[in-house]
Amino acid sequence: MDALQPVSGTALYIAIVVKVLAVFGGVLLVVAYTTLAERRVSAWIQDRTGPNRVGPFGLLQPIADGLKNILKEETLPAKSAKLFFLLGPMLAVFPAFITFAVIPFAAPMPTRWGVVDMIVADVPVGILYILAITSLGVYGLVLGGWSSNNKYALLGGMRASAQMVSYEVALGLSVVAVLVLAGNVTLTEVVAQQQQLHFWFAFPLSLAFIVFMASAFAETNRLPFDMPEAESELVAGYHTEYSGMKYAMFPMAEYANMTTSAALMATLFFGGWDLPGSWDNAFWYHGQLISGFAADGSVMLAHPALWKTLLTFAGFALKTVFFLVVYIWVRWTLPRFRYDQVMALGWKVLLPTALGYVMLIAAATLVLDQLGVRWGFTYGFALTVLSGLATAAFLVFVDRGHTIFGAAATGGQRDIVRRGAPTPSHVGD
Amino acid sequence: MSISVKLMRRPEPEKNSYLRAALSGMALTFRHLVNPAKVTQQYPEEQTDLHPRWRGTHRMEVHADGRPKCVACGLCPTVCPANCIRLVGGEDDQGNRYPVVYEIDEFRCIFCGMCQEVCPVEAIHVGRHFENAEYTRDRFVYDLDRLMEQDHPTTLLWDPSDPRSE
Repeated sequence: MDALQPVSGTALYIAIVVKVLAVFGGVLLVVAYTTLAERRVSAWIQDRTGPNRVGPFGLLQPIADGLKNILKEETLPAKSAKLFFLLGPMLAVFPAFITFAVIPFAAPMPTRWGVVDMIVADVPVGILYILAITSLGVYGLVLGGWSSNNKYALLGGMRASAQMVSYEVALGLSVVAVLVLAGNVTLTEVVAQQQQLHFWFAFPLSLAFIVFMASAFAETNRLPFDMPEAESELVAGYHTEYSGMKYAMFPMAEYANMTTSAALMATLFFGGWDLPGSWDNAFWYHGQLISGFAADGSVMLAHPALWKTLLTFAGFALKTVFFLVVYIWVRWTLPRFRYDQVMALGWKVLLPTALGYVMLIAAATLVLDQLGVRWGFTYGFALTVLSGLATAAFLVFVDRGHTIFGAAATGGQRDIVRRGAPTPSHVGD
Repeated sequence: MSISVKLMRRPEPEKNSYLRAALSGMALTFRHLVNPAKVTQQYPEEQTDLHPRWRGTHRMEVHADGRPKCVACGLCPTVCPANCIRLVGGEDDQGNRYPVVYEIDEFRCIFCGMCQEVCPVEAIHVGRHFENAEYTRDRFVYDLDRLMEQDHPTTLLWDPSDPRSE
């Protein structure tokens, strides 16, 4: 069947251009409407209505906001480092918008010229590309904070760098568990392996999902980890001195990072564009688009269709939007951590947990492979049970009895955790 | 009236959990999120019901033939604690006194309503109205014609036998 060949030649280049424009425009649109969703959801949570004046139900509010930001005066602090002050917002927004390129967002689409993969760039390094590029985003925050020549902005920038560096470790290690299971770093392969396992990785890797989610919140500087902004402590943190469109680039970067990490949560742990059932499975295997392997090891050809592409895209969009709403929901529920609490949670709780869990999953995978368990339902079920136990142990030994208390409740003790044992008294020492 | 104090009991340190606390907080915010009862008032479309004794923009009552009821007795500029009323009285052929100039500076006014209380002929009133935004400051000095044009309901005077206007 020559219809199931990947697109090539001129059609490939046209497909690439179309996909780049569609994904960039789509991410911009999602970013714009996430700002509106943030305001509407926060209003609803606080029993208010939120912006509803511009257009029907306030749907044109992001456009009005954008126009306002473009027309506003750009301020340039007199003693700022001008070059880096201008460079900061660019460095923040640029990595935020290019990370989405490696996330597959729908099942391959058959066209007259061949099958088009619904991903901008299926680069072999996949998730490593995302980790590398998102770490660049912190330079924008640090440079913007430092070059403002403002003590609050500087503190915000320093916090941003410390926090991003700390949580990147836990984030990376929780992703390692996924990669151990998927056996590959490309995100298309991660999706394909979840289809073959009949389990979304959130179940066999539940603890990794918890660690990933907490770290992703910290990486995107969202509450309860918004130390770089911390408007009640640092005025507005690293973007205190920014106004107009230069300011708007920082929230745009934040929302773009949110969108990417929401999509990443959906892809790594909730099957990406995969929907329940085997009807939509499709991945490339030695030049053939197949849906899986039969019991005797022979390949089963996939049957891509336009309606499958659209339906899986709807599934992917739904998962991403769900995690975006969770981001907003959490922001308007939880209070901000103290700076030392953030550091302690990252280094003392999430890092050891993620490290131990990677070893556990690697050992379990090795044992299951040695026992000759086939990649499929039994494999996934065994890991789900094991991870369930690990998650229960995490909740009992790490979370229970270690609630993050205020400074007053710990009797002046500068430690985030209050152990179950009686609090040692430092007062008499 | 005694104050009731709700005692918040902290959970036992061995039993508390950040994740559980966070999830119960999220359940609370979710209940508010889906609750259709909102406190926002869509102001220009939805107007507040002003209290019958709300004291706002002044108005001057007029006779059936269009003359102001004011007899220029001078009690309101005398009683006005903010000194915001300017009155110049005059007399016509029949010896009836009438206001030649009657101006109220709405910026200086403190809306105490004493002008309405003191008026012997129930001419000047404060009213149940507050939407008097203007583009220039001098538009806030209301002259006699402007006061007579006002058509909003007037303020109910305080009645000692019904102190809460019920």
